[in-house]
Amino acid sequence: MDEHCLEAVELLYHYLDGELTDDRRTLIQHHLDDCPPCFEAYDFEAELRIVVRQKCRDHVPETLRLRVAAALHEVEGHAE
Amino acid sequence: MEYMPSLYTAALRMTRNPADAEDLVQETYLKAYRAFNSFTEGTNLKAWLYRILTNTYINAYRAKKRRPEESDIDDLENFYLYRRLGGLEGATAGRSAEDEVLDHFTETEVKEAIEALPEQFRMAVLLGDVEGFSYKEIAEILDVPIGTVMSRLHRGRRALQKRLYEFGRQRGLVSEREGTHG
Repeated sequence: MDEHCLEAVELLYHYLDGELTDDRRTLIQHHLDDCPPCFEAYDFEAELRIVVRQKCRDHVPETLRLRVAAALHEVEGHAE
Repeated sequence: MEYMPSLYTAALRMTRNPADAEDLVQETYLKAYRAFNSFTEGTNLKAWLYRILTNTYINAYRAKKRRPEESDIDDLENFYLYRRLGGLEGATAGRSAEDEVLDHFTETEVKEAIEALPEQFRMAVLLGDVEGFSYKEIAEILDVPIGTVMSRLHRGRRALQKRLYEFGRQRGLVSEREGTHG
């Protein structure tokens, strides 16, 4: 790892989070284009994000929808 | 009620219990309805709902359980999982073997790995990685400084990776590698 790698690793999470200024973003982008090991690490982290996001979903029970709708309806009734 | 699936998912991860999660979601909607005049039109409705959800959880459910102050987590290195899968060591071409391991984690494992995080880290990871809120939005939802959000996110993510690695090892998806203990 050279100093550019170290700098890239430091900023990689912010890069993945979309939280870098345009200048720094471009800097990291160029480094990832030129450095396969950093790109692989970046790619792994990016895939992991997708896996976490996709595999952490739950189906809302229909009973909950009905319950909330009924509760809101009741509050509305009292407000009128 | 378009945000109900996200709110319900978050509520489940927070309470770790379907009955409590349902109560939490219902209470969130009722509070949001009553407080709707305090919502500023044009601002982020989803973040506003999450703030209500989070505050309701903290005030009601957490107090109810009277959990002891949750412990801190180990400070792990960057790329925890990737390193242990052998990344950063050898050059690989195409979609790497490390990436493919990720496909094998089940929904249950991912959910359990998140639920195993101490609360403050769990909230940050949920809001950041599952819901995609920005640092600033998370800071507003949790009412903590942005620096705290970043620190909790980064440390929570590494702890999550450690947990996933343990699941991977238990299921034989990954083998213990020499020289990569830690």
